[in-house]
Amino acid sequence: MKDVKLLTGGEAVAHAMRQVDPDVVPVYPITPQTPIIQTFAKLVADGKASTEIVNVESEHSAMSAAIGAALAGGRTMTATSSQGLALMAEVVYIAASMRAPIVMALGNRALSGPINIHCDHSDSMLIRDSGVVQLFAENAQEAYDLTVMAPRIAEDPRVLLPVLVCLDGFTITHSAEPVSLLPDDEVSRFVGPYSTPSAVLDTEHPTTQGPFAMPDYYFELRRQQAAALEAALDVLEEVAAEFELLSGRRVGALEAYRLGDATHAIVALGSTAGTVKDVVDELREEHEAAGLLKVVSFRPFPSAAIAAALEGCASVAVLDRADSPGGTPALHAELAAALYGSDVELAGHVYGLGGRELHPPDVREIFSGAAAPYVGLRGERCPA
Amino acid sequence: MAELSAWESLPVAGVVRPIGAPRTNTGGWRTGEKPAVDVSLCVNCLLCWLYCPDSAVTLSGETFTGFDLDYCKGCGICADVCPVAAIEMVPE
Repeated sequence: MKDVKLLTGGEAVAHAMRQVDPDVVPVYPITPQTPIIQTFAKLVADGKASTEIVNVESEHSAMSAAIGAALAGGRTMTATSSQGLALMAEVVYIAASMRAPIVMALGNRALSGPINIHCDHSDSMLIRDSGVVQLFAENAQEAYDLTVMAPRIAEDPRVLLPVLVCLDGFTITHSAEPVSLLPDDEVSRFVGPYSTPSAVLDTEHPTTQGPFAMPDYYFELRRQQAAALEAALDVLEEVAAEFELLSGRRVGALEAYRLGDATHAIVALGSTAGTVKDVVDELREEHEAAGLLKVVSFRPFPSAAIAAALEGCASVAVLDRADSPGGTPALHAELAAALYGSDVELAGHVYGLGGRELHPPDVREIFSGAAAPYVGLRGERCPA
Repeated sequence: MAELSAWESLPVAGVVRPIGAPRTNTGGWRTGEKPAVDVSLCVNCLLCWLYCPDSAVTLSGETFTGFDLDYCKGCGICADVCPVAAIEMVPE
């Protein structure tokens, strides 16, 4: 029998963590991630999980402790948002480089300044090139599903990298929805036992981890790390297929929604995909060939699959929830590279910074080609 | 210089294992002075062994035997802590 609970996205992630039952969770609270660790800490205190929660003094310490725990041989998870990720960023790069398979929930929140607590993706984009996997959930169910899948992706010997499950702050972290939970024992079997290729506490087989690498080896080690992230694309699809057998739900690198015969498509990350789906349904009622391509896996970026999925479209609009001042926003730049040489007409829009809502009429305007580059911004229209 | 490995053949995360690593005689960095001991004065307190930052004091069981000059940097801490002045820093 299916166990359906009314849960916020944050609670859904906490329940996935309870079922995964990691050995160690070093974590520091920050809005809008706090409900995740608050819920999880209570579950641990109630004896529902055997995790050792480490109350660290900062996110920098949280990720540092997570690296130590993961490399010592413990399954390790953590969570953060915004400034927490910014403070952690230095160590996120090191976690990826040391190939520590840490799973982290990221409650996406705008970076300061001005200080703000609401959703955008500037925190994710800050660590775009850190070498970690970044998977974006559309809703609480996907946040749960991806959190169950994440350890399998992170710990796969072909990958061995941190995996971030990104869920839009407040929109997902704090909004309650019916979430279907797998039975505890099925999740335990699905994630299996934790192992690490060279545990640092194995004194019989001493190793130097995180070695100094000079110009003669730094480049090669960076390439090795990039190859692991590329390999995560296949691993993600394998894990998604296995998870689908268990749950009946498929969360892969991409979701094509009514895209098969679409001439106009939107590409988006996160909860906005849900809004776009509603507008696609409305437009389809009006016999407009509209579709959505939702990108779940932002890193690794499935360029080839995206180009193939959008091949038949006349126009594609990319929605970025983080700006790149003085340059091209991240998702737009990825799409431009993926579609280079194709006939698809590509437009980029920045929207939703600092929690600004994107409403269905905005999405209709984007589909019609009438939207300004900055959607929902007050002031004069930017020149095209 | 040894041939450098291609990225595909490096260990995951560049983890370095002691197997096959050449013995690195860091004592080659030592400049100026090295410790010399008058064993007849030594009371085997092992303070030099305890304080040596490079673990370059050698023992046989629990008995002081001397210095491993492959690792000694010549810092002189052993001579400084020796309570019976059995250790003296002498020119190389």
